Amino acid sequence: MTGLTGLTIAAARDGLRQKKFSARELAEAHIAAVAAARPLNAYLVETPERTLAMAADADKRLAAGEGRALEGLPIGIKDLFCTEDVATTAGSRILEGFRPPYESTVTANLWRAGAVMLGKLNMDEFAMGSANVTSAFGAVENPWRRRHDNRPLVPGGSSGGSAAAVAARAALAATGTDTGGSIRQPASFCGIVGLKPTYGRCSRWGIVAFASSLDQAGPMTRTVRDAAIMLGAMAGHDAKDSTSAPIAVPDFEAACARPVRGLRIGIPREYRLDGGPAEIEALWQQGRRWLEAAGASIVEISLPLTKYALPAYYIIAPAEASSNLARYDGVRFGLRVPGESLEAMYEETRGAGFGVEVRRRVLIGTYVLSAGYYDAYYLKAQKVRTLIARDFASAFENCDAILTPTAPSSAFAIGEKMDDPVAMYLNDVFTVPSSLAGLPAISLPAGLSDDGLPLGLQVIGRAFDEETVLAVAAALEAAAGFSAEPAFLAGGRA
Amino acid sequence: MALDKATVARIAALARIKVPDGEQEHLASELSNILAWIAQLNEVPTEGVEPMASVADMRLPVRDDVVTDGNVRERILANAPQAQRGFFVVPKVVE
Repeated sequence: MTGLTGLTIAAARDGLRQKKFSARELAEAHIAAVAAARPLNAYLVETPERTLAMAADADKRLAAGEGRALEGLPIGIKDLFCTEDVATTAGSRILEGFRPPYESTVTANLWRAGAVMLGKLNMDEFAMGSANVTSAFGAVENPWRRRHDNRPLVPGGSSGGSAAAVAARAALAATGTDTGGSIRQPASFCGIVGLKPTYGRCSRWGIVAFASSLDQAGPMTRTVRDAAIMLGAMAGHDAKDSTSAPIAVPDFEAACARPVRGLRIGIPREYRLDGGPAEIEALWQQGRRWLEAAGASIVEISLPLTKYALPAYYIIAPAEASSNLARYDGVRFGLRVPGESLEAMYEETRGAGFGVEVRRRVLIGTYVLSAGYYDAYYLKAQKVRTLIARDFASAFENCDAILTPTAPSSAFAIGEKMDDPVAMYLNDVFTVPSSLAGLPAISLPAGLSDDGLPLGLQVIGRAFDEETVLAVAAALEAAAGFSAEPAFLAGGRA
Repeated sequence: MALDKATVARIAALARIKVPDGEQEHLASELSNILAWIAQLNEVPTEGVEPMASVADMRLPVRDDVVTDGNVRERILANAPQAQRGFFVVPKVVE
């Protein structure tokens, strides 16, 4: 049944409807693939019994001709989403043992669309990281390897388990979350598609909060069309999230077939990094030619404040995190380390429960919000954020979508870039600006590096215009014809 | 802006995170490096610019003040490290 794990969402959906195979067969093939993928450490929790129970329900509905949008399709869930009665840790020791008594809105939406749960996926602790090395439960391995070099590589982060599982065919698709690039950068590193929707498109209710003004959930899939199908099921207004947008969910799948002829594609000159790898610059140029050949016009644009997006982000995100993570105090859930007083118990619990990157960011956040520094750091960063959003608004007066590389490099080896936090932060140089502006952006695999690793291109759109983003991404996908496969395939080759 | 060891100890106390004495020096230099990198923001003129707290372009929605959830005390307490007679238990806080 190895062929079943190599299917796209669209093909699996059609196969189930045409009774070529059952949801049970699809589930069993994936349960085997999840087990075979254990060397990657992508799954923190496997839920095979639930998988089979949900598949049995899907088979009943399919037999009755009542299949829903994602009926019977096995997917993995990033461990940042609360799943009722299924352990949810956010990759942190401090939440070990936590079983949420509720289901996040996004996962509830997916189950209501008929999707089948495979388990919970590893991630950087509290989504803070770009290599999935900060998880309290161990690093995730990228299923790709460099040519002639067998060192294990990082899958990117923070949705590293999601990206590795989808790339290795140990899930048809997975949920991710993106605060500054956590869907798009791992998608680029693992050769898959990752879509960060507009802020407000998907409900944040029941997603463990990192930086509330930036966090967004999105799909991680193997094709652009699959991302569109899955986003359609995830998105929608939710009264339980006051920042959830009360607007209708369009037909994202149909948008993938829209022509790009006549669209204006912006190329921001500030995304050209001095001393950056030539292969990334070359792929970017290639992407521009592909879109020109498809009938789009290319316009040079300027986003002058690009270089200030990362430092602004590393004030705003830690500040919000320091506030959000105050709830982990050893009282209501997770880890408790005893102390002589209440105060001491808090300090012992948080000292033992947070890893080094989370501690670093909570301390930075506490500092920039503290008396005497608030204006100089936090308020300054919020003003720069306003200017960055204005940059994009001006750019979109002259273009309909923006094309950039997703990340400044391909996947690096586990252990590299570990000594210098700032070097690690630079991974998100191309993804953070659109996060600060709340804009939708997708990464799709468009080519291979000289040493055989996938490289992604990013398409950024106007707020709530995921449709144009998907149309442009689908055109790039068709032109790129990316068909390379990782060295390790848990589900076997199609 | 360089942070010294005492400042790290002060922030750690504010954040209620125990940082062992032996790690404070290293953390001070790490955090100082990050803050030095962040300081490039000072190159950006921001006079008269409104600070942005959220990109969500909307008024905060208002709902009726009614109970829509509840009666799940046992399920909530099931996650508590220590609970007794329907309450969370913490170390003694009154003398």
